[in-house]
This record gives sequence, structure tokens and C-alpha cells, in this order.
Amino acid sequence: MPEQDIKRNETPLIDLINIYKIYRMGTTEVRANNGINLRIYDGEFVAIVGKSGSGKSTLMNIIGVLDVPTYGQYILKGQDVSRMKSDKLAEIRNRTIGFVFQQYNLLPRQNLLENVELPLLYGGYRVKARKQLAMDALKKVGLEDKWKNYPNQLSGGQQQRGSIARALVGNPSIILADEPTGALDSKTSSDILDLLKQLNDEGRTIILVTHDPAVAARANRVVKIHDGIIVFDGPIQEYKKQEAEG
Amino acid sequence: MNIFQTFRLAGKSIIGSKLRSFLTMLGMIIGVASVIILVGLMNGVKNYIISSFSELGTNIITVSVTNTDTRKVDVDEVYEFADKYSNVFLGVSPKVSVRSTLKNGTESLSTTVLGVGEDYLELNSLELSSGRFIHYADIKNRYNGAVIGSYIAEELYGGKVSVGDTIKINGQVYNIIGIQKERADSEANSVDDVVYIPYSNATRLAGSGNIGSYIFAAVDNDAVEKAEDILDNYLYGIMKNDNLYNIASMTQMLETVSSMTGILSAILGGIAGISLLVAGIGIMNIMLVSVVERTKEIGIRKSLGAKKRDIMTQFVIEAASISMIGGIMGIILGYAGTKSLGNLFGIEAAPTVNSILLAFGISAAIGIIFGYMPANKAANLNPIDALRTE
Repeated sequence: MPEQDIKRNETPLIDLINIYKIYRMGTTEVRANNGINLRIYDGEFVAIVGKSGSGKSTLMNIIGVLDVPTYGQYILKGQDVSRMKSDKLAEIRNRTIGFVFQQYNLLPRQNLLENVELPLLYGGYRVKARKQLAMDALKKVGLEDKWKNYPNQLSGGQQQRGSIARALVGNPSIILADEPTGALDSKTSSDILDLLKQLNDEGRTIILVTHDPAVAARANRVVKIHDGIIVFDGPIQEYKKQEAEG
Repeated sequence: MNIFQTFRLAGKSIIGSKLRSFLTMLGMIIGVASVIILVGLMNGVKNYIISSFSELGTNIITVSVTNTDTRKVDVDEVYEFADKYSNVFLGVSPKVSVRSTLKNGTESLSTTVLGVGEDYLELNSLELSSGRFIHYADIKNRYNGAVIGSYIAEELYGGKVSVGDTIKINGQVYNIIGIQKERADSEANSVDDVVYIPYSNATRLAGSGNIGSYIFAAVDNDAVEKAEDILDNYLYGIMKNDNLYNIASMTQMLETVSSMTGILSAILGGIAGISLLVAGIGIMNIMLVSVVERTKEIGIRKSLGAKKRDIMTQFVIEAASISMIGGIMGIILGYAGTKSLGNLFGIEAAPTVNSILLAFGISAAIGIIFGYMPANKAANLNPIDALRTE
């Protein structure tokens, strides 16, 4: 794994150490994550792939600090977040993570600008700064003239760009995109992935969760999950080769 | 997130579902309006009763004494006593009631003749339309002079009577020295149905030398209580038995009336208050539905960094806003309702400031209290589960 070798001396942005997430369904135990070790460095573009039920969603929730692991340690930006209380986690999410969801998840009763402002609202920014930063983010995704529109007045691609603007606005360390193109046609999907790629080129860390190999192909590094453990972790070229070999 | 933004958010959400918000508010509107209307009307009734009583003189204390052979209250001593405490007493007058037959020629009429002192008219704030009232000299001389009420003037003389005419009281001829100004439309058994004569004559007419009743006037309403205490001491000193005398005042009666209407208005207000409780439960119900409907929104907000407190205040403020807007509408309706119902019943009813403040406070409190549970539910939602719902 040459890429990781280069960065070995650098402190990782994300350091997952022996992560277990175990759900109890009555008497049966479901090990959604069964001992995961993963390091992601600043500026990487990583695709997490796996079939549904593989545990990749659980992993994404843990990386996005929406959830905490049952066992193991998660060091995010040098801070152990694996045992934090929910309000503290909310603060970390607000500052560190920008989410992009498959269903865009814009609030229907707020216009685009207000939607993009939301993370700043919870981050305690003042009105003026909020408006300014939100407009800047909308400009970045090419939607500055649509700021007044409500989500139902926008196309799927526009909504997803809006949600990327919302993910960007607080200048988080990581953008965590969960099947960001799952609800889009191929042309729009490509535009969205281009936008993510562009953001990565500008130095942002992007983590893309997908089941679609074509989408994963846009990343530099692929992490494949199966039955709750990492079965592949390496550059995209190597992944492609391995997949081709079966 | 600051409170102003939270209110804006609440406003948006309320406007976003107008019909539902209005229906939720309706309970609050009706509850608040009915509290204000009932309390206001009761207050109007109370004021009406009090003003009716006040016309009769609220500073008047009526004393009745049962004189015995060995213990009796002497009229001259009573006058001396009232003089001694002139800081509390405006004056005193004996009051001897005698049921009598009045005659003018062939016309006759049965009424109560009052034997009184020279101050009686003034103490009771009564006025004459012509002539004079009984003088001290009339009492000393047992002069057969009478002041008649307007009812008597109408009934016995057809309104054509003047000072100097005569009237027969139980067969004795009296000169009419004055005529009392009409007070109560000259109706029978009213203050206009009266004949005043010197009390010295009345005791004879009654066939007993004792005076069983006195009217004391206190200097003002506040002095009534003190005056009653002094009187009680004085009378007990003479009679040595509190069953032999009785002290009564309008103030006491007013207090009784006040406390009765107070209880009544508390009961009615309380019953109306139950509807506020029901309204609160309605708000809680709708907020619970709202939390379920907006689970996804809550999940999104949490994923973007909303803390428990942020979600909590959002929902509490929303519930409180619905409740307070309903409360304000209820106050307006209650105000209009009190006025128009007051007019309908012919009483001067106005919503009390207290009931308005109370109603508003309660509506806000109900919003917060009944909004708390749904808000807490919302705040404690797990963001992953919340995001997963559709």
C-alpha cells in the first residue's frame, strides 16, 4: 500500500483502532463491525464499498460520529471520540464532518440559503457571517442564483449540489458522502462526482460510501467491507485489478 | 441557536400547517376566553351587588338591643358615648319602628313609621324635597311633626301635599313638616315608603319607653370595624351578655357578598380552567404527532450539529407559541365576549386585568409544560434512526 507508506509518519485524520459494533436482536448477536482498523489521512479521497448488510453503513455512522463503537477506539483529529456523550458528538459533527446524503436531506420548509446556513446556525455563527459563508458555499457549487428556492423547486442534481454546499459551509475536515449519486441519473451523477473530485483536488478529505464500483472508481483509495471486516484496502488501480481477477 | 431564530422557526412551522395550528389553538382560545368571560361577568355581578348595597350606606352600623328591667341602654348615654368617640362616629340616631295606620281624610294606608333623632337624615345621606327634618326641639317637646316619604305623598295625597298639611298616625294628628326626596321611584316598601317622627313620640306610639334600635354612622368605611369593636365593648359593659344586643353593618354584609361571589367566580373560573387543561393536552397530542412526522428533520438537524437543547427548545418554543397565540386570541375573544354578554345582562362587566394576565400566563405555561414531553422525545431521538425514517 504505497500511499499509506508515504504518510506513515503523519498523524492520521481518522484512526479507527479495532472497532466493533455489536447489535443485540433478542438472543442473537449481530456483529456489524467486527474488528476494523483503518487510518485515513488528510486530503485523501476514499471510497468505502461493500454490499448492503456488509457493515459499511455502520462504519460510516461511526466515522461520522453519528454513533459510537461498542468496543475499540476512534481517534478523530487526535481526539478520542469513541466514548463521548451525544451533545459533544453533535459539536464534533458540526465542526469536523460535512454530510452528503443519498436523499439530499434538505429541509423542505426552508429555502436553499437557510438550508445551507443550518450547520452555521448550530455552530453559533452570527447572521451576517452565516449569510456570507452560505452564499460563498452556494457559489462554489454553482447555485448562488437559486438561494431563494425551496428544495421542491430544484432538480435532484441541484438539491444534491445544495447539500454539498451545506456540507462545505462550516469548512469541515471531512466530507462524508453516503451514496451521493444513488438517486441521480448517470449524467448528473458524473457532475456530482466531478464536484467531489474538485473539492478533493482543493485539499479536502472525501469519504465516499457506495455499493457502485463505477462511483468508487472516482476515488484514489478503496476500502472494501465484507461481513463487518475490511477485506481490501488499497489504491483504486489495485482494487480494479483484483475485482477483474474476481 | 438563539431564541429569536427559534421563534422564527416556530412561526414558520405554525404557518406551514395553518389549519392544524388553528385547530390546536382553538382549545386554548375557548379555554382562555371562557375563563376571562366568566370571571369578568362574576366581577360585574359583584360590583352590581356592592353598588346596590353602597347606596344604602356602607358606613352605617345598626345596633339592636333587648333591654331588660335591670340592664338597659339609655338614649342620652348613647348620645354621650357617640360624642366621646367622635373620631370614629359621625353620629347616632335612635330608630324606633312602629307599624302604623296613616290617614288623610278617608284615604288610609298601613306603613312603618320610624321614630328617629335629628341626625338621621344626614347620617343616611337622605334629602328632602321640601320643608325641614325633625329638630332636637321637636324631640324634647314631643312635637307631632312628621316627614313623609314620596310614596306616602303619592298614595295618600295623590302627590298634592305640602308642608303644613296634616296626617293622622294611629289616630293622632301630625303636622307634615317635610317631604323626603324620591329615591326609589316611590314604590311600596322602598325607602320612599316611610314616615319619620321624633323618636320620643314613637316610643309612646309603640307603647314602650324603650328604644331597641340605634343607627350609628362611622366616619368612613375603614372606621367601621373599629367602631364595631368600640360599640361591642360599650354594650357588653352595660348588658353583660352578648345575646342581648346585636351589631350589624353593611360592611359585614358586603364582605359576605364579596366572599360569596369570590368563591363563585373561583368555581366558575376553575371549571373554565379545566378546558385550558384539555387544550394543553390537545397541544401535547399535536406536538407528539409533529415529532413523529418530523423525525427525519430532527435527524438531519442532529447530523448537522444540533444538540439536545437545540431540538428541545425548538419544540418547546413551538408549543409555547401555539399556546400563546391561542391565548392572545382567547383574550381578545374573552374581552369582546365579556363586554357583549355584560350588555346583554345589563351589568357593567369588564374583564379583570388579573384574569387576563393569569390566562396569558397559564396559556404560556401550558404550552411549555405540555410541550416539554414531546420536545424531550424529539431531543432524545437517535440521529441514525431519525435519519433512516422516511
